Amino acid sequence: VAAPERIENPWGERTPLAAGADWPERVDAHLTVGEGEVERWVRAASILHSDGDAYDLAVADGRIVGVRGRADDRVNRGRLGPKDLYGWQANHSPDRLTRPLVRAGGALEPADWDTAMGLVAGRSKELLAEAGASTFGFYTTGQLFLEEYYAQALIARAGIGTNHVDGNTRLCTATAAEALKESFACDGQPGSYDDVNHADTIALYGHNMAATQPVLWMRVLDRRAGPDPPLLIAVDPRATPVAREADIHLAPKPGTNLALLNAIVHELIERGWVDRSYVDAHTVGFEELQQATAGCTPEWAADICGVPAADIRRASEAIGSAERLLSTVLQGVYQSHGATGAAVQVNNVHLLRGMLGRPGCGVLQMNGQPTAENTRECGANGDLPGFRNWQNDTHVEELARIWNVDPLQIPHWVEPTHAMEIFRYCEQGSIRFLWITCTNPAVSLPELARIRSILEQERLFVVVQDIFMTETAELADVVLPAATLGEKTGTFTNADRTVHLAEAAVEPPGEARPDLESLLDYARRMGFTDRDGAPLVKFGDPESAFEAWKECSRGRPCDYSGLTYGKLRESGGIQWPCTEEAPEGTPRLYGDGRFFADPEYCESYGKDLLTGASIEETEYRATNPGGRAILKACEYTPPPEEPDGDYPLALITGRTIYHFHTRTKTARAPELNAAAPEPWVELAPADARAAGVEEGDLVEVVTPRGRVRAPARIGGIREGVVFVPFHYGYWDVDGDGAHDRAANELTITAWDPASKQPLFKAGKARVERAS
Amino acid sequence: VKLGIAIGEVADAERRLATELERVGERHEADHDVHHLSSTLASISRAHVEALAPIGERYGSEVGDADGGTSGVLGTVREKASELTGRRPEAGLLLLRDLRELFLLASEVSIGWTALGQGAQAARDRELLDVVSRCHPDTLRQLKWVTTRIKQAAPQVLVS
Repeated sequence: VAAPERIENPWGERTPLAAGADWPERVDAHLTVGEGEVERWVRAASILHSDGDAYDLAVADGRIVGVRGRADDRVNRGRLGPKDLYGWQANHSPDRLTRPLVRAGGALEPADWDTAMGLVAGRSKELLAEAGASTFGFYTTGQLFLEEYYAQALIARAGIGTNHVDGNTRLCTATAAEALKESFACDGQPGSYDDVNHADTIALYGHNMAATQPVLWMRVLDRRAGPDPPLLIAVDPRATPVAREADIHLAPKPGTNLALLNAIVHELIERGWVDRSYVDAHTVGFEELQQATAGCTPEWAADICGVPAADIRRASEAIGSAERLLSTVLQGVYQSHGATGAAVQVNNVHLLRGMLGRPGCGVLQMNGQPTAENTRECGANGDLPGFRNWQNDTHVEELARIWNVDPLQIPHWVEPTHAMEIFRYCEQGSIRFLWITCTNPAVSLPELARIRSILEQERLFVVVQDIFMTETAELADVVLPAATLGEKTGTFTNADRTVHLAEAAVEPPGEARPDLESLLDYARRMGFTDRDGAPLVKFGDPESAFEAWKECSRGRPCDYSGLTYGKLRESGGIQWPCTEEAPEGTPRLYGDGRFFADPEYCESYGKDLLTGASIEETEYRATNPGGRAILKACEYTPPPEEPDGDYPLALITGRTIYHFHTRTKTARAPELNAAAPEPWVELAPADARAAGVEEGDLVEVVTPRGRVRAPARIGGIREGVVFVPFHYGYWDVDGDGAHDRAANELTITAWDPASKQPLFKAGKARVERAS
Repeated sequence: VKLGIAIGEVADAERRLATELERVGERHEADHDVHHLSSTLASISRAHVEALAPIGERYGSEVGDADGGTSGVLGTVREKASELTGRRPEAGLLLLRDLRELFLLASEVSIGWTALGQGAQAARDRELLDVVSRCHPDTLRQLKWVTTRIKQAAPQVLVS
């Protein structure tokens, strides 16, 4: 059977786009019934990537029967990618979790909600009394809705009072947030997708946009098909669709992005491609940056990166002579050694060139997951809600006032605990209660043998809330069945600050219920109260949670106060900040050269990028009293592990366009599963020859941490590098108990010192023919 | 002129700091950030010793080489031991104690650089002054890292 057209050609037909023009509409749809049979169309947007493609779900007979892109939405103008078109089918998968489960005598047994929640609350109360708040950890996701994250942040930070709240967004978006905090002293995406319409040069750093945000890539391809196509620069060790389309493709050795970017910045300064009046008026740190990159010539970087110096010069010249430059950054940078330093250098490029906040002049520090942006805003990851600064007592007092709690109840004596440290505390036994919402660390975290052994510990009480029996849920003490997109109402925000409302179209299956309901149930059972003895959580449904969040965000950079559910129903996606003064939202930040960096207002005083050491308030005030953007640099140092005689290759992991995260949904959509049913191992022809491997041979990738078996695909990657997709786990293979399929059996436990993002694209490996 | 003595003292202190950083890294393999970063920070201290060597020579001070690392058999033993103790709550207390020790060693280095910088100015020794102004910020960075890491570790170790 031939694959559907949009599996074969994921980006569809071109609708050419001239510079500065509006992106033409193109409505994509996939219906499993005749259009006449559709009873209702219900507003939603994609939660299988971070692009925020807006669509309507088609409903017939109480079931979702299809999807159609919304032509009126700024993000996609009707277009949909393959995961948007087919992914919703997982909702009706027969193996959805429909009842709570509790562990009894070693096995998970069905139970009613009262029993399951009674256990969770009972264990919590016991532990809180016996050992205190710091024995609690909450590990959340990038797929809940804003309302749910806000409830989670409130419950964990003020209810329990633990600092150990983070999400799997640590794996996808932490460096984006950190890089923005380092350069602008505050999170918040500077650019807009509309910058693609205007740019004359687009540079993609470690960003396989064709696979990760296919609809945004359609916009780039449409510009490329237009009368005045932008120049395209790609930095990627693989020959991705982006790299093949690019005019300049640099393929550095894994772990050397920082050296490459230091050289590009060196060239900009050396060749005078710097807007001195912008730099003088709006930044601090130019001299330090100049000094730090003084020795970083293209020849110096060529040696480290394995990229010809002439190519680095060519790329630098293109960047230096662009008039409307758009840069995007993703996991190739964020999950590699030197992550924050390299991402910050991309910000520096734009500050040096004075190219921010104008049409076509923007930075998009991207993220992988659909609602990752909301974890950052709401404080469900390593931040306080509303981009508040944990080092600023006034910010904490303000938050305490909004929540009506004692400021000391909200942990703020140190940066909120990052995910890798939360698992470390579990390993050490100092966290004894871990609530995992809608994510699958038993497949997605590095060094899985270690993660499994942590989750299996008897002394750790694990609650897993999910829609399927994942590899992680298998290890839980209590499993809570959840509802997903199309079965619950809420808002979420994409990578360019566009807020969408998604509404319930059908009922969740069985006894499954929205995540918000489970969280509110927990808060009630725990009896959390505010300073006056009233319930701590004062909202009871999505819309009242959204209203509460609006108050928390008011006056902060991520200001939602001008938004309502009604407005989002009327006008589709709107970019925050959306206020009384900017009721239509804000396409771009920093156009006026003013930043959220004032010492009183900023979210972060920054860190030392090499070590992650916090910069204190007094130092920040002294170096940046006027709240300008910060030109910051970090020297290149070698990665924590490099190829050697036993393990001659560099291992990188990554994704395919057809799957999301650990495939819990996408493998249950027939078209997507058929498009990429099994993992593979990608290696260069010379490395294949050296290992005696031919196309399609079953091979083993071996690292000091584990081994993975999969067929070889030869070509499309830099010599000396081996690639394994990370989506695949064990739930859909016949269980002989072997752990030889998930890429994270191989990966190293290491993270970027500043952003704490795990380095999935690091570490050494060898490839052998499997016997 | 006693600058030679001061140079030798800073070099010795840097060497002690480097060695201790490496030891701490080996001892805390299960605290992966400490494990990985301590070797980067140790190599910074060793580079400082190398930078001081030619100037020390001018003042008749034998700075010695940058090595003195303790890897090898002992290091492997420490790494194995750290794997075994990594699961125990006491590992947290041990980490806190080791970080405090690093703070003290780095403080000694830092105040040594301060004194040396004063001497370099009084001696109008531009070359030495350059080394001091290049190296001392690294030491302050090491100190800030240790401080941040202690602030991070202490609440969990002391209260949970």
